[in-house]
Order: sequence, then C-alpha cells, then structure tokens
Amino acid sequence: MDLIAQGVTHRYGPLPVLDGIDLHVRSGEIVAILGPSGCGKSTLLRMLGGLERPTSGQVLTAGAPPSGCLNSLTFIFQDFALVPWRSVKDNVALPLEHHRMSLAERASRVAAALARVNLSDFANAYPRQLSGGMRQRTAIARALAVNPAILLMDEPLSALDAQTRELLLDDLTRLWAETRFTAVYVTHNLAEAIRLGHRVVVLSRRPGRIRDTVAIDIPIADRQPNMPELSAASDRIWSLIRAEAAVADRELLDVR
Amino acid sequence: MSVSPTPVPFRGGGFAPKNLRHAAPLTFLGLLALWWLATDRGWVSPIAVPPPQDVATALADMARSGELLKHVTASAQRLILGWLMGAVAGTLIGLAIGLSSLARSTALPLVSALFPIPKIALLPLFIIWFGIGEPSKYVTIAFGVFSPMAIAAFSGVDSVDRTLIRMAQSFGVPTTAIIRKIVLPGALPTILSGIRISASIGIILLTAAEMIGAQYGIGALVLAAGNLMQADRLLAGVLMLALFGLLVAQIIGLAERRLLHWRV
Repeated sequence: MDLIAQGVTHRYGPLPVLDGIDLHVRSGEIVAILGPSGCGKSTLLRMLGGLERPTSGQVLTAGAPPSGCLNSLTFIFQDFALVPWRSVKDNVALPLEHHRMSLAERASRVAAALARVNLSDFANAYPRQLSGGMRQRTAIARALAVNPAILLMDEPLSALDAQTRELLLDDLTRLWAETRFTAVYVTHNLAEAIRLGHRVVVLSRRPGRIRDTVAIDIPIADRQPNMPELSAASDRIWSLIRAEAAVADRELLDVR
Repeated sequence: MSVSPTPVPFRGGGFAPKNLRHAAPLTFLGLLALWWLATDRGWVSPIAVPPPQDVATALADMARSGELLKHVTASAQRLILGWLMGAVAGTLIGLAIGLSSLARSTALPLVSALFPIPKIALLPLFIIWFGIGEPSKYVTIAFGVFSPMAIAAFSGVDSVDRTLIRMAQSFGVPTTAIIRKIVLPGALPTILSGIRISASIGIILLTAAEMIGAQYGIGALVLAAGNLMQADRLLAGVLMLALFGLLVAQIIGLAERRLLHWRV
C-alpha cells in the first residue's frame, strides 16, 4: 500500500506549522523524515495517520493492504504508549480485542508478535517492570500484531539510551528484512535516518517545508557505520540541516 | 601547602516516611494508658472524662442488652445506602463531565455550586419533602457524597494519559471500548481516593442527621447520652464512629491493593 500526501498544510491559529508537504511513500519503502525540533514533523505524521486534520491538503492511500491486516496505518510512539495496567501480552492484544476472531487466533497473533521481538519470556510482565528497550519492543509487537500496511514511527528511539537505540536499530533492520514493511520514520537523529531510510526527506524549520530528499541506495541490511557512501549522504544532509538546527536551537519554544 | 583530607559530610536522606511496624497500636495503647492514668490520679473530673473501664463497661452493657446492635445496624444501613446513592450518581455525573463538553459546561458549575453548601442545612428541607423517616437521611448523606465523588471522577478522567487515548484511536479501538479499557481504569486511582474522602463525609453527615431526628443510630445515642450527662455512653458512641472510619479505611486500602496492583 502506498501513502500519498498532497499539499498538506497546517496552522495552529495564525502560526504556520507545515507548508505544502507533498510526499509519496511507496510500498515496501522506509521514508525517514528528518528535521529540527519544532518543525512539525510529528504533526505531519499524525496527519498521515489520521489523528489530526490538516488545514488544507489531503492524505491518500493507494493499493490494497496485505491480507490479515487489521489496521492499515499503525503508529509506534516515542513514549511507547503502553497501558500500565495491562501486562505485555494484554498490551499486544489490545488492538485485536475489538476485532472478530477466535481466542485461539488472538493468542497466536500475540504470541507470534512477541516472538518476533524476542519478548516471549516477558508476556506476563507489566510495563513498569520493563526496561525502555523492552517497552518499545512491546509497542513494536503491538504494531506487528495487527499486520499493518504502513508503520508510522514517531521518533521511536528518542526516549532510549544510546546503547539500547543501537540494539533496537538492529531489531528494526532485521524486521524489515523479514517482512519488507512500509514505514514513515520521523526522527531528529541523522544517524537513525541514514541507517533505516531508503529516502531521507529533510524538512526545514517552521513552517516545515520539504527542503530536499536524499535517496540512499545501499540496501538497509548492508549498511555499516562509517561506510564512505553513507558518510557522503550524511555530510550532504548535515550541510542541509546544520544552519537551521543552529537557528532552531536559539528559538523560544512557544508552540507545541 | 597540603590540607589533610576530610570526609565529605553526608547531607542526603530523609523525605521518605515509612510505616513503622507496631507503631500504630502502640500509639493507641499509649493514649489509653494516659487516659486511664489521668482519671485514676484524679487529674480530670470523672464526670467530664469517665475512666476507660467505665466506657468499656457501658459498651459491654449496651452490647449485652442488644441496644448497641440496634444503633450500629441503623447507622450502617443509612451510611451504606446513602453513600451508595450519592457515590453512584456522583461518579456517573463526574464521568460525564470528564467525557462530554455539554456535561462539562452544564453540570460542572452545578457541582461546584453544590459542593460548599453544608448538606446538614438541607436536612430540614428533606424532612419536609420526605418526612422524618429514613429517606431524608439517605438523601442528606447522598447529597454530601455526590459532589466529592463527581469531582474525583472528572479529575480522574482528566488525569488519564492522552497519549494512551491517541494510541487506542490509532488502532481503531471503538470509543466505548476506549472508555472501558483506558479511561475508566486510568481514572480509578483518583476515584478511589474520592471514595476515601466521601466515606468520611458520609460518616459526618450520618451522625449529624441522626442527631436531628432519629430514635436509633450512633448519632442519636451520642446525643441522648449527652443530654443525660452520661459521658461513658457518649464516649462509647464516639468510639463506634471511630471504628466505622477505621473499617472504611481498611476496606478502601484492600480495594486499592487489589485494583491498583499495577502501580508500584
């Protein structure tokens, strides 16, 4: 399934946040959206997933979702959004409970999703007992359980420490190799964007506009830190965002 | 110039009160001993403060004659029924205030206006409406319980993590299921502390209502004993009220441990 944004524009009152975003995410592709804080990239993602209405412009999907898909556009949140009174397996079961299916099928979907993120041994633990990495893995399992067409990831690793982030990046790389999911990956972290994106869309400071799109042709599985080709892409993107990041750093955070 | 090393002074710690074992019963025993000593040595007049053994005797006499049971069951029935009526209504209205703009704009000002009215001032009105019997007492207690429960329920709903609601919406969870699975459990801690407060308010109103017009009930017992200068029976009644409060606190503590086990 493809995801298409056409002229998506958003204002909070008189303040423009996003200005005319055109984007076409193709099936099986990871598009990283990179921008300084406050550029509206999370707002854009919420609009792509139908959690917020754009002031103008529209978001479309094209093509059929995969078979067994219960929720085409599925979010993974920065702060995990796990329900604290539900165990790991009940958190993963939450998006399945309002669908008609046998208890056995529900249990097998939950078990399969937990197995894919190596959390089978922690099915009965509660979120407060888990490390940050395990919490986000639980949230990833919850997203996988509905067999999504497109994953919308909102800075999924930003709440984690550097080591855990590396482990999760490996997990995501492996998961993509297994299923070739489609994803929009919003981040302010250049390294993550380069590691996971087939394309990196660079947004400008408020109001967010697409400054440039950088395609990275190396297969995701082959990407290693310090590869010359990656460094070249990294340098190019950094030159695009550097000046803006410096200005953004000196801005008052009066909105959002 | 060399300075000899000195240890860094410790300046952390504190601000983490713990529940010391046996401290609570020992406090009660200590106070009881002090009470006994004060009456035994004649530091206070036995007419003003009867010795603890007299209060115990009065309590035992009332228990033996069946009088105590009548008072306690009358009070317990009023408290439970009145509290239930007020708590159910208050929680429902509070949830509505927490969930709907219409309820928030209409019912919330009403609840805020009702809250500061001393409900016992309304008892004469309720007696005009419902007669001197039980219903007027139920309604007084229910009214007193209503506002704190409504306020607890809507602040509980307000305190529910919005990211959890957005998450559920992003998975297409239907609104009623979001309320049942996210909003209600999220509001539960605040609702339980509302129950704690409203139960105490219920006991206060129960006693006041029973003092105004009741044949049986702990409030009636306390008032009658006071009129007859029977300080021992009076204190026995007060003791029963304290026990009511302790019992309620125990039940709520148990409910919290059962229902909120997911918290630390």
